[in-house]
Amino acid sequence: MISSNSAALTPLILLFMAISIPLVALKKKQIAFFMVMIATSISVIISFYNIFRVLKVGTIHYHFGGWIPPIGIEYVLDPLSSFICLVINVIALLVLIHSKKIVEMESKIKSVPYYALVLLMLCGFNGIILTGDLFNLYVFLEICSLSMYGLISVGEKQAPVSAFRYLIIGAVGSSFYLLGVGFLYMTTGSLNMIDVRSIVPHLYNEPTIIVAISLMVIGFGIKMAVFPFHGWLPDAYTYAPTTSSALIAPTGTKIGAYAMIRILFFVFGVNYISKTLHITDVLAWLSAIGIVYGSIMAISQKEMKRMLAYSSVSQIGYIGLGIGLCNPMGLIGAVLHVMNHAIMKACLFLVAGNYRVKLGHSNIFKLSDNIRKKMPWTTAAFTVGALSMVGIPPTVGFFSKWYLVLGTIKNSSWVFLAVLLISSLLNAIYFFRVLEKVYLKPIRSTNLEELNIPENNKRDEVSSSALIPVLILAIAIIVLGLLNTIIVKGIIDKMIPAGM
Amino acid sequence: MIDFFLGYYGYWFAILLMCLGLYGAIMKKNLIKKLIGIAIFQTSIIIFFVASSSKWGATVPIFDEKIGVANTAKYINPLPHTLMLTAIVVGVATMGVAFALVISIFQKYKTLDESVLLKRMKKDNDI
Amino acid sequence: MNIQSVYTSFIPLYAVLVSLIAVPLIILSSKKRNLREFWTIAASLIKFGLVVSLVPNALLNKAAELSIVEISPGIELALKADPFGVFFALVASGLWIFTSFYSIGYVRGLKDRKQTRYFSYFAICLSSTIGVAFAANLLTFVVFYEILTIATYPLVIHKEDEKSIKAGRKYLVYTLTAGSLLIAATAVTYQITNNLDFKAGGIFENIVLSPNMAWVLFLLFLGGVGVKASIMPLHSWLPTAMAAPTPVSALLHAVAVVKSGVFGIVRVVLFVFGPKLMHELGLNKILIVFAGFTIIVASLMALKQDNLKRRLAYSTISHLSYIVLGAGLLSSAAILGAIMHIAFHAVMKITLFFCAGAIYVNLHKENISELNGIGKVMPWTMGAFAVGSIGLTGIPPVNGFVSKWYIGLGALQTNNLIALIILIISGLLNAAYFFPILHRAFFRTGEGLEGKKEASPFMVVPLVITAILAVLLGIYPDFLFHFYHLAAMVVTNVLGVIS
Repeated sequence: MISSNSAALTPLILLFMAISIPLVALKKKQIAFFMVMIATSISVIISFYNIFRVLKVGTIHYHFGGWIPPIGIEYVLDPLSSFICLVINVIALLVLIHSKKIVEMESKIKSVPYYALVLLMLCGFNGIILTGDLFNLYVFLEICSLSMYGLISVGEKQAPVSAFRYLIIGAVGSSFYLLGVGFLYMTTGSLNMIDVRSIVPHLYNEPTIIVAISLMVIGFGIKMAVFPFHGWLPDAYTYAPTTSSALIAPTGTKIGAYAMIRILFFVFGVNYISKTLHITDVLAWLSAIGIVYGSIMAISQKEMKRMLAYSSVSQIGYIGLGIGLCNPMGLIGAVLHVMNHAIMKACLFLVAGNYRVKLGHSNIFKLSDNIRKKMPWTTAAFTVGALSMVGIPPTVGFFSKWYLVLGTIKNSSWVFLAVLLISSLLNAIYFFRVLEKVYLKPIRSTNLEELNIPENNKRDEVSSSALIPVLILAIAIIVLGLLNTIIVKGIIDKMIPAGM
Repeated sequence: MIDFFLGYYGYWFAILLMCLGLYGAIMKKNLIKKLIGIAIFQTSIIIFFVASSSKWGATVPIFDEKIGVANTAKYINPLPHTLMLTAIVVGVATMGVAFALVISIFQKYKTLDESVLLKRMKKDNDI
Repeated sequence: MNIQSVYTSFIPLYAVLVSLIAVPLIILSSKKRNLREFWTIAASLIKFGLVVSLVPNALLNKAAELSIVEISPGIELALKADPFGVFFALVASGLWIFTSFYSIGYVRGLKDRKQTRYFSYFAICLSSTIGVAFAANLLTFVVFYEILTIATYPLVIHKEDEKSIKAGRKYLVYTLTAGSLLIAATAVTYQITNNLDFKAGGIFENIVLSPNMAWVLFLLFLGGVGVKASIMPLHSWLPTAMAAPTPVSALLHAVAVVKSGVFGIVRVVLFVFGPKLMHELGLNKILIVFAGFTIIVASLMALKQDNLKRRLAYSTISHLSYIVLGAGLLSSAAILGAIMHIAFHAVMKITLFFCAGAIYVNLHKENISELNGIGKVMPWTMGAFAVGSIGLTGIPPVNGFVSKWYIGLGALQTNNLIALIILIISGLLNAAYFFPILHRAFFRTGEGLEGKKEASPFMVVPLVITAILAVLLGIYPDFLFHFYHLAAMVVTNVLGVIS
């Protein structure tokens, strides 16, 4: 049963668990966390199983209820969807292991409904990735968006307002996508992605198709936080509780990127969007602006989570640029960066969370170099993450930049090459500023009297449930960097669409 | 020319509602009015879909003995209607979440007007 | 072209890894000072031994190679101990032994904080330097080059005072920008040739390259490696980095960072572009112009410096451009001289920096104007300083004369009289900024020197040994390490000419 139904199992199990958490954990709240662990672990196992099956057998189609597409809804497991599904589920598992401590600590979060929302959001993510039906994508898009609004709103300070803003902008975005689906259905008569793919070539130059693509791109651009549509992101990531940021930042925007890749390359076809319509050029330019904008804004931030949020805008620009380049190296860079950025950002947000647990804040300017002695492992993980964001080999961040650089050179886009290189340097500025704070004594206190004052340098590291995910992610940054060819040649090469 | 307008009046109506909805969501200062704008926007899309499924001289997609099963051209397309049922539910859920957020905002800041809200948020953030 | 045979061996990998393995050991024994220093010394000796074991095969033009892991489709992280790589690795690992002993005397003499961090990052630096030396292709080179950049940063800011932190920031800005340019250049090369392996005679040997593309690519490479090689105008991080402790400056300026830069330039000129292409497109002229300019201007600026370490910094900038000039002249003698200068200048400069550090720890003096009469108090130190100065000026029997002679010979081989004149003038300038120091030390009387004696043996013994080594290498350039033959083997490989 598992093997024949494995494509659909992940969203369904997560949905089932999400609904049963409030029922089962009514009396004993601790069960909620336990059930979350079971649900995410099962999804990870099934994702691994799926990816190995796809590599062996090829693309797998699963028809819901036995209805054959285009009449029925189908789920498609091809290398792209199984890979991204795996990445998202593994990151979610690691972040949720870490979340136990945080959720206990933050009094505002009621753990039972919180975990139910988390599972709903993961169900939405898995559904978006696996589905092969355009309207089904909208349904799951809304499921995960609504859960995200809820998860963000239980934070501190202005979290409800940030969530509300995100809701307005997100609702508009999803509605644009729905409108696009409507136009596409009106002209092609089908909602199934593969079916539309075979019909669209006959309809090139129909104005409806052009409108449909534009609306879909705008809709997903909002979800993905491409440059002009990124306004919701900094506030949302900053004021959300730590676990929410750590869950949403690495994964939420990647779903938009995945959907963009799917719609642009697999539904409409590479040649059409790049040569006839030049949509990918627009996307590439907007992403390039976003890269520089995000880095510059990050430099001027005082609070670590806000800095990481603007840094995310910049990193999503990389992925958008990779998609916009429309050649194999660019796509490899973009997909690899989806994985890399997920790992790096999860590591960094979890570190910020650890600092909050122990120090009560994550303001960069208030950090002092006691942290290095008090929380050595956490700070070491932060260093690895920071070096990876800057792009120092052999960490994973260097390699996705390398592929993107190769992609820009193949297209002879020298401006994009310059943007990529300059942004690495800008990244170095704001990350090294934090590293300076954490590793060095403040400049003014080199007086001998201050040096002789005994400091509270006792080891005060966070507990292992909060530390182990951080360390796993940090080690993954280096290991996956050295072994990136296994992933690139094994999986990503297989997902390059025809026509590139 | 008149044909162009009258023939597609459903779509023109939908476009009008879309513009009204977006205007409300963006320009209005009161949070509830923003939500009304979003609701109007979502409704307009529903109307768009439903309008797209209609045909001149066709009837509702319920089995009618006089027309029979084989004559599918005489029935309007039921698929967008079913899609829109889902979309309506999604809209309801969105409104539910949105109102929960509005309640939370009101409890914290005691206002629903955006300019006052911004001032109070700034004060609160700086503490 | 000389045929180079290859064989697989893990020794290059072990040479890179030996100091990395020492790092956790150093950190764990941070409380027991002698044990911690033991790990550093042991790692340096083992590393040197491993590199020396590669020398016999390198002399026979047999290169040990090892491909570690594929890091990009079609490109591997690979090590190859060809004669040039073995040459540079010998210099780096050999001088690390001396620097380790010297460091012990230095940081203990100053009672520095954070000594563990110092020794552990030193080990990582040396690991990456050997990685740079043995890199078999451009991507491996870039990987180790960037690791070297990051690993030297904590050493530059070691003192953690305001000057050091600013120096560290400037250092990072310069070197990370250079790293970006290098990555861009590597990517363009890969796009054109689909192959990044270093080849004697150039990757581009059989490929048609449009002149515009070649110039842009060469300038990108030059920007990439030129920062570490301190070619003017990319040099200004080096004098500022003098805020680091002296063994770090000795390492930066004699062994690891700057020599990696110059090594990179020679690799780019001879193994990426190749002498034929460089000559055809006239790319070497840029090198000669920049190098000549740097040699003279840096020497002039050295004259103006009162701080001893800054004067030595500008002298280093000047001498690094000797190597660049030699590489740019593209004749067999010039390249031979340039490669030998990598080793010989390293030995001499490290001696001078060791002396400067000994003076600082012993007498707390940093400026030349304060150095009156110290020759009587620290005779061994100033004696070694005299030997180093004489060598850098180019006077036999110290080894500086040998490399300079070959570069001059190379200038004559290509009928480049200007280069020859620059070398002669530079020799005079070297004398002008070194000899006054010796005059002050030996022939003037100083105040406040009663009761002072020579610096700690940990510091004095290494610098005396390096000074003696400089003389021995001057008399017999092939002494012990076969520097001459290794360099000659490189020239033969590249130019196909027996020299």
